[in-house]
Amino acid sequence: MVETAMPIWEVFIRPRSGLPHRHCGSVHAPDATLALQAARDVYTRRGESVSIWVVPSAAIIASDPNDKDQLFEPTSTKVYRHPTFYDIPDEVGHM
Amino acid sequence: MYTQALNTKDTSDTSRPGDSARLAVFQATIDAEDKIEANDWMPEAYRRTLVRQISQHAHSEVIGMQPEGNWLTRAPSLRRKAALLAKIQDEAGHGLYLYAAAETLGVRREELYAQLLSGKAKYSSIFNYPTETWADIGVIGWLVDGAAIMNQIPLCRCSYGPYARAMIRVCKEESFHQRQGYEIMLTLCRGTAAQKAMAQDALNRWWWPALMMFGPSDTDSIHSADSVRWKIKRFSNDELRQRFIDATVPQGLHLGLTFPDPALRLDEASGHWQHGEIDWAEFKRVLAGGGPMNAQRLAHRRQTEDDGAWVREAALAFAEKRRQAKVTRVAAE
Ligand SMILES: [Fe+2]
Ligand SMILES: [Fe+2]
Repeated sequence: MVETAMPIWEVFIRPRSGLPHRHCGSVHAPDATLALQAARDVYTRRGESVSIWVVPSAAIIASDPNDKDQLFEPTSTKVYRHPTFYDIPDEVGHM
Repeated sequence: MYTQALNTKDTSDTSRPGDSARLAVFQATIDAEDKIEANDWMPEAYRRTLVRQISQHAHSEVIGMQPEGNWLTRAPSLRRKAALLAKIQDEAGHGLYLYAAAETLGVRREELYAQLLSGKAKYSSIFNYPTETWADIGVIGWLVDGAAIMNQIPLCRCSYGPYARAMIRVCKEESFHQRQGYEIMLTLCRGTAAQKAMAQDALNRWWWPALMMFGPSDTDSIHSADSVRWKIKRFSNDELRQRFIDATVPQGLHLGLTFPDPALRLDEASGHWQHGEIDWAEFKRVLAGGGPMNAQRLAHRRQTEDDGAWVREAALAFAEKRRQAKVTRVAAE
């Protein structure tokens, strides 16, 4: 018997009010309602969360790990994007 | 940058039965310093106030790229050019974060953007002044971004979660904006007499418009009571303006510059710098479209929108073509 594959859902939880949802893992479930239920049971048993998002894993488009250098490495030379690149005398105070 | 308190009050009432109980929960959440999130119930006036404020803020970020863009190709060194380009790039990002925050309230970005292009929506009055010399770039970073930071830091604690989180990200990025501006000022003020005069001239032109960024005086402010109760606004316009003046005047004196306000003096008793009367007639005129650059700023924005239309159309058409090809391929299998 060939089973229909059970869809995978990515789970995001908001640890407390005001914070953004953060990815915490995934669950298998046939639909969104059961995915939420499973996420609640798996990831929020100890008060970790005040809100859950589930997103079909298939809907997530990820960057190619092989492109890592090309995508992210060039920013290491762009030091002028950081406040510490600029010389402000101590007497002026915090800026 | 940049939000400006424009103190428009939402008066329409769309309350429905059962709202009073929900309203109590809503206000209790805010009073407890908890956040309101996109899916929570909220009064319509809260939603509309936020949409208006966040979209005005977003428009300001977008329009704010123009005065600085004016000097990009004429920056005096590669170092300055890289910094200015990085700053302008950040401002585009700020616009994006803010439109995204507004979209969580159930409006579409295209809708908000159309209001900017039609002239219906407002943006900060500061961007309707011209950037005449390189020193203006220094002054903008130092004063305009400085004032923006003063405005934006309390917004990081705004009751609406998506707006507060966008502001945290924005504030992190703003810090270098002010520093690169002040560094330009320092360099000019330590340079030749002509360079220092250029810095002084820029400060003379931008000081008063920068003070106007905090919006009308409290005595003249119509009802920010709702915004205060909803914890969208935590400090009054005059309070924030005073903080900015107290922080900025010593920085200007350190540069060896003077401020174009004969009434400016340190009040020893309170420790605050007292300032002269702000020209509110000018503020109203510039906000209503009568500033030196209003027409050009909008014309330029409309032009770039028109010029970019074919790129958006082509990108959508290409995506559609690929989707069709996939459908055909799947059907053939
Ligand atoms: Fe900025
Ligand atoms: Fe900004």
